[in-house]
Amino acid sequence: MPGRTSLLRRLFASFALFFIVAGEPIGLLAAQDDSTTVSGRFRSRGTADDGGDELFEGVSVVVTDASGAEVATAVSNADGEWVAVLPGAGDYVVTLDESTLPEGVAVREGTDPATPITANVGRDNPVIIPLGERVASDSGSIKMVQLFVDGLKLGLIIGMTAIGLSLIFGTTGLVNFAHGEMVTFGAMVAFLFNVTGIFGFKLTLILAAIVSTLLCGVAGGLFNQLIWKRLRDRGSSLISMLVVSIGLSILFRYVLLYFFGGRGRPYRNYQIQKVIDFGPFSLPPKDVVIVVVSLTILVTVGLLLQKTRIGKAMRAVSDNRDLAESSGIDVEGVVRYVWIAGGALAGLGGVLFGLTEDIGWEMGFRLLLLMFAGVTLGGLGTAYGALFGSLIVGVLIQMSTLVVPSDMKNVGALLALVVILLVRPQGLLGKSERVG
Amino acid sequence: MTADASADMTDPLADVAWEPGVAKPDPILVADNITRQFGGLKAVDVDHLEIQRGVITALIGPNGAGKTTFFNLMSNFDSPDTGTQTFNGKDLTNTPAHKVANLGMVRTFQLTKALSKMTVMDNMKLGAVGQKGESFWRALLPFTWRSQEKGIETRAAALLERFKMAHMTDEFAGTLSGGQRKLLEMARALMVEPELVMLDEPMAGVNPALTQSLLEHVTQLKDEGMTVLFVEHDMDMVQEISDWVVVMAEGRIIAEGPPATIGENQAVVDAYLGAHHDAPLEWEDETDGDDVTSAAPADGSSEESS
Amino acid sequence: MDWGSILENTLRGFVGEQAIYFALAAIGLNIHFGYTGLLNFGQAVFMAAGAYGLALTVVYAEQSFWLGIFVGLFVFPVIMALILGVPTLRLRADYLAIVTIAAAEIVRLFLRSPKWDSVTGSSDGLGQYADTFYEFSPFEPRTRYGFGPLNFLGNQLWVVIIGWIVVAIVLVIVATLVRSPWGRVLKAIREDEDAARSLGKNAYFYKMQALILGGVIGAAGGLMRAIGTQSAQPDNFITDVTFLAWVALILGGAARVFGPVIGAMILWGVLSFTDTFLRQAVDQDIIPTSIMEGTQVGQVRFMLIGFSLALLAAFRPQGIFGNRDEMALDDR
Repeated sequence: MPGRTSLLRRLFASFALFFIVAGEPIGLLAAQDDSTTVSGRFRSRGTADDGGDELFEGVSVVVTDASGAEVATAVSNADGEWVAVLPGAGDYVVTLDESTLPEGVAVREGTDPATPITANVGRDNPVIIPLGERVASDSGSIKMVQLFVDGLKLGLIIGMTAIGLSLIFGTTGLVNFAHGEMVTFGAMVAFLFNVTGIFGFKLTLILAAIVSTLLCGVAGGLFNQLIWKRLRDRGSSLISMLVVSIGLSILFRYVLLYFFGGRGRPYRNYQIQKVIDFGPFSLPPKDVVIVVVSLTILVTVGLLLQKTRIGKAMRAVSDNRDLAESSGIDVEGVVRYVWIAGGALAGLGGVLFGLTEDIGWEMGFRLLLLMFAGVTLGGLGTAYGALFGSLIVGVLIQMSTLVVPSDMKNVGALLALVVILLVRPQGLLGKSERVG
Repeated sequence: MTADASADMTDPLADVAWEPGVAKPDPILVADNITRQFGGLKAVDVDHLEIQRGVITALIGPNGAGKTTFFNLMSNFDSPDTGTQTFNGKDLTNTPAHKVANLGMVRTFQLTKALSKMTVMDNMKLGAVGQKGESFWRALLPFTWRSQEKGIETRAAALLERFKMAHMTDEFAGTLSGGQRKLLEMARALMVEPELVMLDEPMAGVNPALTQSLLEHVTQLKDEGMTVLFVEHDMDMVQEISDWVVVMAEGRIIAEGPPATIGENQAVVDAYLGAHHDAPLEWEDETDGDDVTSAAPADGSSEESS
Repeated sequence: MDWGSILENTLRGFVGEQAIYFALAAIGLNIHFGYTGLLNFGQAVFMAAGAYGLALTVVYAEQSFWLGIFVGLFVFPVIMALILGVPTLRLRADYLAIVTIAAAEIVRLFLRSPKWDSVTGSSDGLGQYADTFYEFSPFEPRTRYGFGPLNFLGNQLWVVIIGWIVVAIVLVIVATLVRSPWGRVLKAIREDEDAARSLGKNAYFYKMQALILGGVIGAAGGLMRAIGTQSAQPDNFITDVTFLAWVALILGGAARVFGPVIGAMILWGVLSFTDTFLRQAVDQDIIPTSIMEGTQVGQVRFMLIGFSLALLAAFRPQGIFGNRDEMALDDR
């Protein structure tokens, strides 16, 4: 059942806005006598793997007359089409049995599964029952749990990508606007190995993700060596480096667009999945994997920062570059590792982000703003702050859909950023700075 | 112990006891119970300090003693965790830094803040307060501020002449040497026409040839009726020009007195060479600090108060 | 290759409408960054404030065009500057950068949202609110007026003429301001905020004034664009628009009165040239479609922008004509 699960992929895409599935009318039969027909078709436009429509088989409808008596039933065929024969002209109510819809699909929010129609004799009477994304649950608190979990997942992805951004800022003072493109690059490299294939070989997504992570680490190291280290050696100011990073961000973004094209595309594997029910919330296995992988990576990164020499050196340089330098730490060496690690994490984050929504040329840039929000929220330049802030941003974004339209959900996070700056400029975990 | 306000014009501090936090006959700046912590470190913890009007007071102490932080707190570039300071009797607790300057208390910085992409003359003109042309709307109408600007320019030129910088009037401040920047910063501060000038290490990084000239300029400020408070850690410089010395160590005032005697103060010697030298960051050690403070007056070599 | 049309388009880029809109946006940025050192990466939001100030007043509130100009020029951008400035101007410079870029996205998403479609027209935006402007035009709307290789339709010519007059007026104001004691305080804040404060200048207040002034000038750019195109759409104000204005500023040289104008002219001259050139090359198969398709020309153009911004910032931060001593992004 590839169609059904491909739909699920979309339904649980954390960034997907409302997509539209419609049950729409077709004219199957022309009635011969007094009796007439009512018909419809259940499908989701353009969401199947081949880009065509997904057709929902086995969805049942019940038709009742004005007195509420059942007059006919119908079940959709393999093409998603159904027809019910009615005894004659009159007012009827067509009720969709939502339990027979595929998982994750429901009658579109705000519409009633019971649709009144007036049937005429002599022609087919089409019925449109708009379908849409199934809202996690009817119960408010359960919905909140689901959104919270989705938010944590998003926050973990933001956090993974933001650690590099924050550490680069901490160790070199650079606000790297091109960090988002590293995320996109990571997602696209994995796409290249996973979907496009190299010399005909296609890797599974897990292998592709590993390759992509490694390549992004190398790319991060190269950027530092070829561009940023040279600029630092030339004594370029932080502001001109910031502007350089903006220029590079635009350049890379459009280069990626040039080669990838403007249309978003998904990975080859893990579209076919059934959600796992965890009681108050449910997740498809790939989301469980995203959460587990990102948690593991982040805990590992945390331990590395805490326990290893290079990790301690990173934190020391981030804390006070001059002090670290004077106490004999090889600052440039640390910066190199920060770039490599930051690049790798951004790349991996990109792959995971690409799993939750389509891979597209602007995905990293959109994530960049959320990274900024997370990093600023947690305190610029700290690794743990970046993670903590990102989690808050992720949860905030998803939970805010309870009160704002979902196309405005990022707005809430960005507004929170402004408010935090107002009351606690050093960020939630940042230390107040010594002035003068 | 408090000395009576003496009418002795030659040395108003002659009757003041040599002990930390002592009252002065005519204080211009009074700090009370000022504390400031960074993380767990108490960078400044000053119970009481008075700065006498019309004299040159040196604030000395080893590196990390909290002198610059204290300066920042006095000039409201940083706000203390506790405590207040008054300037000319006015409480400055919630006064923004720029208003402090307008009240007549101007400071310089340890790392000079010459505005490098502005000319020397523009640096100077910036210092003048109460400029009409600094209001947005009047700036649009040059005739409303032209004549005032002329006056400011004349005053700036005269000061540059006095600081022997007239020949660099139109150069960018960024092209000046370290010592010249110090001079420019001091001259610029005078454009404010302050009552109290606070100089943060005016001699740091200045070559010896310029040092003497800088010292003369500082003494000249006093001759013109200004009060000077300056930070320094070189005792020799201090001996030469100051009338009164305040010693800070580990965030506290550990001694006060005339420059000639301060070098013999045991607490000061300890602070510079002694016990705490190898552990400069242990400011939280309260008892240690208290010992130092209480030791200070006892070690005053001679009691001159009547 | 039709070199005649390439030349014509390049010239049009130099003096045409786009150069005017971006000259104004970049003059605003020059006040922010060049003179005051404020890192505003959301200039597009001020341009949007200008455009929507006019459009909403005329279309939604059904008020006069002139009130729309006032709202677009003064009310919306000033409110926007206050919202952006109050929380961030006390903080380090990079916070303003992050908040402005975020705010520009917030506002664009807000304007796009179907929720307020009846007010903002969501992604289609609003249109046809500037008829009053064209009523004053002395030119026949549909007649072509030629100037050497260039020609403009009557209405376009009217926009271009008024646009350059606006640019000239703004330049006179900016020149007066930056040479006044007020401008001196701005430069002092740019060089060292603490020094300015130690000399009695209320840095926060001046930065706020600068943010407002630059925002109002940027809004004038958005307003001219909204008038010239008779339409205000959210996607006219994407982040790349801000970056274009930055390229114009740095190209011409920050902290120079004429810098942003020259920069905007060069920028659009070069963009128009590459655009026309590449399109012709693709159409005539000089560049095979396997390498580039017609739709990718616009992408190459943005690559060029990004690349030149990075190169300029790295190697000539003072701009193409700037004097390194006087003004550079360096040393800060």
